[in-house]
Amino acid sequence: MSDVRQVLREANAEAVHRMLGAEPVLIDVVTAADAIPDLGEGMILHAGPPISWERMCGPMRGAVAGIAVFEGWANDLEAAAALAARGAFQFCPNHDFSAVGPMTGMTTASQPVMVVENQASGNRAFCTINEGLGKVMRFGGNDTSVLTRLAWLRDVLGPALGSALRSSEGIELKSLVARGLTMGDEMHQRNVACSSLLLRNLAAALASTCGDRATLTTILSFIASNDQFFLNIAMAMGKAITDPVRDIKGASVVTAMSRNGTDFGIRVSGLGDEWFTAPVEMPEGLYFPGFSAVDANPDMGDSTIVETIGLGGFAMAAAPAVAGFVGAGAPSDAAHITHTMREITLVENPEWTIPALDYQGVPTAIDIRRVVETGIAPMINTGIAHREPGVGQVGAGVVRAPLACFESALWALGKRLGVS
Amino acid sequence: MSKTSELPSGQLAPQSADLASLIQGSPRVVNVGLSGFAETLAAQGVAVIQVEWSPPARGDADLAMLLSKLSD
Repeated sequence: MSDVRQVLREANAEAVHRMLGAEPVLIDVVTAADAIPDLGEGMILHAGPPISWERMCGPMRGAVAGIAVFEGWANDLEAAAALAARGAFQFCPNHDFSAVGPMTGMTTASQPVMVVENQASGNRAFCTINEGLGKVMRFGGNDTSVLTRLAWLRDVLGPALGSALRSSEGIELKSLVARGLTMGDEMHQRNVACSSLLLRNLAAALASTCGDRATLTTILSFIASNDQFFLNIAMAMGKAITDPVRDIKGASVVTAMSRNGTDFGIRVSGLGDEWFTAPVEMPEGLYFPGFSAVDANPDMGDSTIVETIGLGGFAMAAAPAVAGFVGAGAPSDAAHITHTMREITLVENPEWTIPALDYQGVPTAIDIRRVVETGIAPMINTGIAHREPGVGQVGAGVVRAPLACFESALWALGKRLGVS
Repeated sequence: MSKTSELPSGQLAPQSADLASLIQGSPRVVNVGLSGFAETLAAQGVAVIQVEWSPPARGDADLAMLLSKLSD
């Protein structure tokens, strides 16, 4: 028995070492087909664990239909949905392809993806570009305005960002996030500071590589008007940090938390790429005018990768303004949430600290043993999508990861280690 | 109680003084577990500290046993 505990101790120490030792750098924007060679015709990567068309929620179906039209695989949304129902598309989780995507998480061949390289281990991770607020595909939007914006991202913004990044040495993300935490971001529902810092880093390179002044103006305006622009970069960063932690024998550290609007899934280092799932929870939060809880879709998106690395809900104390925005309470409640997440994590990140907590580090490396023992479920900050396809975002809130995922993973880890 | 009877009249043993203070003074409460008790007391102006606690593994004895084998 002591051998098992020793294996766990050493495995988790290695997992923590890899997480904290990561060096994520935003280096490029390329098409998803270039980034992910296996991403073929008719293939759609989505958020969360694997799911079939039959079990997809409304906004996920709406996004699938929209992206199929965008890729030219169907003439209209109705035809796209019919093709999906007939099994014409191959659905796979982003996580199986070094990728992540917010909310519905659509990733297909022609979309531009941001490339984050973990220069400590050499792996790369990918995420599409944030579309902005309002009616957008990540929340299930799929009308002409949504598809037109996606085409602009593909034809204009993506190539321009790629050129700017390639002309520079890339943008080192660890220090940028560290500054963002001291400026009130938690990198899930608040990315105001990091989006601004990113634009400050990118502006000169964009100006020198973008030949057309009108195009440059449009690009700068688009980024500057989107407080959540950095979210997708934070997500790719999270994936780049956690991928090298996969498959450390005996490690009980969570390497992914993700949801597809129907199921919530986690992956655990010592259990490789196996998903442990449970029905997804409904977020509790605040709604935009004209909407209420009856309009809400259950929890969705790969964005929980930021909580997996100690940001988002885990770093709530850094962003007290978010606590009010998502309906999680007062600023003092924000500090309490971060303190509580320490109960289920192994370490504090010494490089990502929170001024309001006397510069304590964000709680990092979720240990499934501690989650099961304490019954404290990871806290997640999230946007809320309308449950019907094509509507979009209706609010923001908080949600808990279902404990059942962690319990079934613990049984599997025990079995893997010969303990039951 | 037997010690009290050995002291001069009108003096209480230290333990008994603490007990009297506990009974006669305002209560100060540490509540462990279900927060409803703490909330009720706080609503009546009682000083109360809530300690969050629940049975390991939500009371699942088999899971708790597994945890005991996998935890330091």
